[in-house]
Amino acid sequence: MGREVVSTLNLNKVLKNINIDADWIGLRHVKESTTYRVIRDGNPEENNTNIEHGIMVEVLVNGQFGYYGTHRLDSNSINHAAQKAYDIAKNAAKYSIHSFSNSVRPKSIGEYNSPYKIKSLDLDQLMDILIKSNILLRGSKKIISATSMARIVNMEMNFISSNGSNLKQNFLYVGPGFRTIAQDGDIIQSRSYMDQCKQIGMEMFDEEFVMKKCESICKEAVELLHADECPNENMDLVLHSDQMLLQIHESIGHALEVDRILGDERNYAGWSFVNLDDFGKLKYGSDIMNITFDPTIPSEFASYGFDDTGNKATKEFIIKNGILQRGLGGLESQERAKIKGVANVRSCSWNRAPIDRMANLNLEPGNSTFDEMIESVEKGIFMQTNRSWSIDDFRNKFQFGCEYAKLIENGKLTKTVKNPNYRAISTPFWNSLKKVGNSDTFDVYGTPYCGKGEPNQCVRVGHASPACVFNNIEIFGGA
Amino acid sequence: MDKYYSKLNDYLFSIVNKNEIIITNFSGENSQFIRFNNSKIRQTGIVDDMNFSITLLLNKRKSSISMTLSGKENKDLLLLRSYLDKLRIDMQNIPEDPFIVFPTLSDSSKEIYTGSLLNFDSAADYLVPIMQGVDLTGIWASGKIFSGNANSLGLHHWFETDTFSLDYSLITPSKKMVKACFAGTKWNQNEYEEYITDSKKKLELMNKEPIKIKPGDYRTYIAPSGVSDLIDMFSWGGISEAAIQQGDSSLIKLKTLEEKLSPCFSLTEDFSNGTVPRFNGTGEIAPEKLPLIIAGSLKNTLVCSRTEKEYKVQTNYATSDESLRSPVMSPGNLNEESILSNINEGVYLSNLHYLNWSDKIGGRVTGMTRYACFWVENGEIIAPIENMRFDDTIYNIFGNHLENTTNKTYLIPNIGTYEGRGLGGIHCPGIMLSSFSLTL
Repeated sequence: MGREVVSTLNLNKVLKNINIDADWIGLRHVKESTTYRVIRDGNPEENNTNIEHGIMVEVLVNGQFGYYGTHRLDSNSINHAAQKAYDIAKNAAKYSIHSFSNSVRPKSIGEYNSPYKIKSLDLDQLMDILIKSNILLRGSKKIISATSMARIVNMEMNFISSNGSNLKQNFLYVGPGFRTIAQDGDIIQSRSYMDQCKQIGMEMFDEEFVMKKCESICKEAVELLHADECPNENMDLVLHSDQMLLQIHESIGHALEVDRILGDERNYAGWSFVNLDDFGKLKYGSDIMNITFDPTIPSEFASYGFDDTGNKATKEFIIKNGILQRGLGGLESQERAKIKGVANVRSCSWNRAPIDRMANLNLEPGNSTFDEMIESVEKGIFMQTNRSWSIDDFRNKFQFGCEYAKLIENGKLTKTVKNPNYRAISTPFWNSLKKVGNSDTFDVYGTPYCGKGEPNQCVRVGHASPACVFNNIEIFGGA
Repeated sequence: MDKYYSKLNDYLFSIVNKNEIIITNFSGENSQFIRFNNSKIRQTGIVDDMNFSITLLLNKRKSSISMTLSGKENKDLLLLRSYLDKLRIDMQNIPEDPFIVFPTLSDSSKEIYTGSLLNFDSAADYLVPIMQGVDLTGIWASGKIFSGNANSLGLHHWFETDTFSLDYSLITPSKKMVKACFAGTKWNQNEYEEYITDSKKKLELMNKEPIKIKPGDYRTYIAPSGVSDLIDMFSWGGISEAAIQQGDSSLIKLKTLEEKLSPCFSLTEDFSNGTVPRFNGTGEIAPEKLPLIIAGSLKNTLVCSRTEKEYKVQTNYATSDESLRSPVMSPGNLNEESILSNINEGVYLSNLHYLNWSDKIGGRVTGMTRYACFWVENGEIIAPIENMRFDDTIYNIFGNHLENTTNKTYLIPNIGTYEGRGLGGIHCPGIMLSSFSLTL
C-alpha cells in the first residue's frame, strides 16, 4: 500500500536520444498504483491492486500535435513511438483544425506533492476498520446489504520537454466508500458516504470518524423506510454541500469547458449553451454566486501544481457576482477561442492525450448560517447526497435526485421524506440562488468519476461548496 | 501476442506453490485514434497497451494484482515474480471469503479474427476527403484488441480481433445533429463513402426550423440506437442477480411479479455472433444463448459463480459484475416503412442521451432526447423537435406502453474506450410506444 517507486527511467537521456525533426517533443511518464479493498456484508469482495505504467510521447509537427502512448519503456521503443507520432502528426497537419506553436507547451520547472499526515496503514489495520464499519452499517435487521470500501491511489508523474520543462508531481488520492441498503416489505432505501475523495493520507480512515459516519448512515437508511414520499410541487430548495458537488459539476463545470464550447465534444459529452461572446457578459447566476477554479486548496481532490501541458495552476474567478468571467480552457483552447482560461488540460493516464477538464471548481462561501437559511424558507425541502443525475448535451435541462430529505415548514426542518428529486434549467436555476451558506456550512468533496473525451477519459474532480438556498424549484418524488 | 501470454503463464505456473491456484488475465490493444471537429483533425495519436493480472487463491482467500507490462520478457518475468510475492504477503492479512470461487478445468478456446484496416500513417487521407462540405465531429478508432485468460490448472483462452469505427455526428449551422457509426473489421472505401453520403442526406432533414413541444405524454417511436441505451441500463442495477438480492436493481418488481413487461419484449444473451469472448475473468464459458426475458417474463438473471455460492442461485457464468456482454433484443412485426404512419401523431426519437435511474427500485429512468428527433403529424415528419427530458419507467417502456417492435434488428456497436476499446454491441429493433413521458 506504500508508494511504489517509479522505475529509474532517465527521461532526459531518453529525450536526447530521440532523433526526429519535430518542432517540440514532450515526454510524460506516469506510474499509478491503485489499491482497492471492499468488504460487503461482512465478507471480503475485492482485494485488488492495479499498477498502470507507461509514457506519453507527444510531438508538434507543422502546427499539429501527434501522440503515441506506449507501455514499452526502453529507449528504442520510445524512439519508435516518437517517430510514429511524428509520422501521423505530419500527415494530419494537412487537415488541422488549428495550427499550434510550442507557446501552448510553456517551459515550466517545479514539483508538487499531495499533503498527508499518515502516509500508510498496515493492511490488517485497514481491513479491521473496514470490517468494523461494515458491522455498524448493518446495525439493524432491516439492512439487507452494506458495503465498506477503501481506494488508495499513488500517482507519480514526470514531464520533460524539448523546450526545457521538467516537472515532478506526486499525488496521494484517498477515497472512502460506505453504503447501506435497508428494506421493509417492498420499500427499499439506501444511504451512502462516497463522494468525499481527497488528496489526503490515511487519516481519512480515522476510526472514530468512520464509525460515527457509518452509524449515522445506517440510522438514516432505516428512517427512510418509514418516511413519506417526497411531494410533487414547486418550493424552495436547500441543498447540502454534498449535493452542491454534483450541482456545480454538471450545470457549471461541464458547460464552461472551452473545448465543449468550441465543439470538440459534440459527438460524445456534448456542446454547451454558453457561447464565446457570453464571457464577461452572461448573468449566469444571482449576485451572490462566486465560482472559482482553484487547484491550490490543500487536500481537494484535483489540486496540482501544473496541468499536463506544463501550465502553472493558479486560482481564478470563473463567475464573479453572478457574471461569467472566464472559461475552463487551457492554453490550446485559449488560443483557439481568444478568451481567458485556466490551467486545466489534463489526461487520465499515460495512454490518453490531455484535454480541458474542470479540476477543482468551487462555490465561494457566503454569509448565511445554516439556521438562517432554514429560517428564511416558509415552504421548502432540504436535500442531501446525490443518487441520480442527468443533464442534456447543452447542459441546460437537468434532473437530479437525492438519498435523503427533510421538509421545511415555516422556517423549521420537519419530517423526513424519501425519493426526493428536482429538475430545472441551468441559468434560471442559478439565478434563483437566494442564500449562500457561510464557511461553517462549507465542505470539500471529490469524485474519481468524471467522464469525457474521445477516446474516453475518466478523471478526478474536486468541488467545495457551502449549503445553498434556491427559490421556487420543481420538486417531485418517486415512481 | 498469444505466444507471449503463454510464455508468461508457463513461468508463473511453474512457481505456483502447492495448494495455490493462479488465474491470469491478459488484455491490450494497438489502436489509432483520430479526433475530428468540423471535418478537420483536432487530435491524432496511437496507443500501445498491454496489461496482465494475477489472481491468487489460497485457503479461501483471494487477492489480485494487475499491471502494465513492458513487453520485454526478462523484465516482465521479474515483475510477475515480485508481484506474486506481494500477493502472498497480502494473503496473510485479508479475511477468508466464504463465497470464494475456485476455477475448474474446462475446454480451452482460441478465437482470432483478422481484419483489413487502414494504415495508421495514411488513414487520414482515406477518411477526410468525403467529410468535406459538412460539419463532422467524431472519433476514428482502429487497430487490434486482444484478451486472454488462463489458470494454473491448465485452462487457456485467447480472443483477438481487428476492428475499426468512425463514430460521428453531422451538425447543421443551427446546431441540429444526426448521429452515425461506420464500424467493421474489413475496410471498404466505397462503402465508407456511401455511408457518409447517406448521413449527409439525412442531415438535410434537420434544416427545417425546430419546434418546441410541451411536456406531456406522447405516442413515440424510439429507433434502435435509443433502444440500445435503454437496454444498456439493464447492466447497471438491472439484470444482475446479486443486485436483485442486495436490493439494488430496477428489476426487483419483475422478479417478485409485482410488475410485468410486454409480450412484445424478449431479451437474450447471445454469443453466437462471435463479437465478444464467451469466457469471463475466471475463465468460465457462458452458454451460447441464455434467455433473460421472454415475452415479458423474467426467465433468467445474470448469475456469476460467486453469486451462486452466496445466494444459492445457479450460475450461468456471468462476469463478476453480472453485466450484459452480447445482448440481443428480439424483433417484432412492425415494418420500418410503416413507422411514421404507425406513429400518426407523436414523436420519432433517433437517440437518447445521459440515462440514469431516477428511481431505481421503481424502475424509473430519466434521460434526454438527442440528435435527429422529430414531431410527426398525419404520418409525416413535420420538423425536428428541441431536446426534451424524459422520465418514465421500464415497466411502461418495455411493458404497458410497448405496442410493437420493428421487424429488423441492428447492431449498435460498443465504441466505448474508457478502459481500452470496447467489443461487440447491442442488437435491437426500434420500439413503438403508445405513450412516453416527456417532462421538461
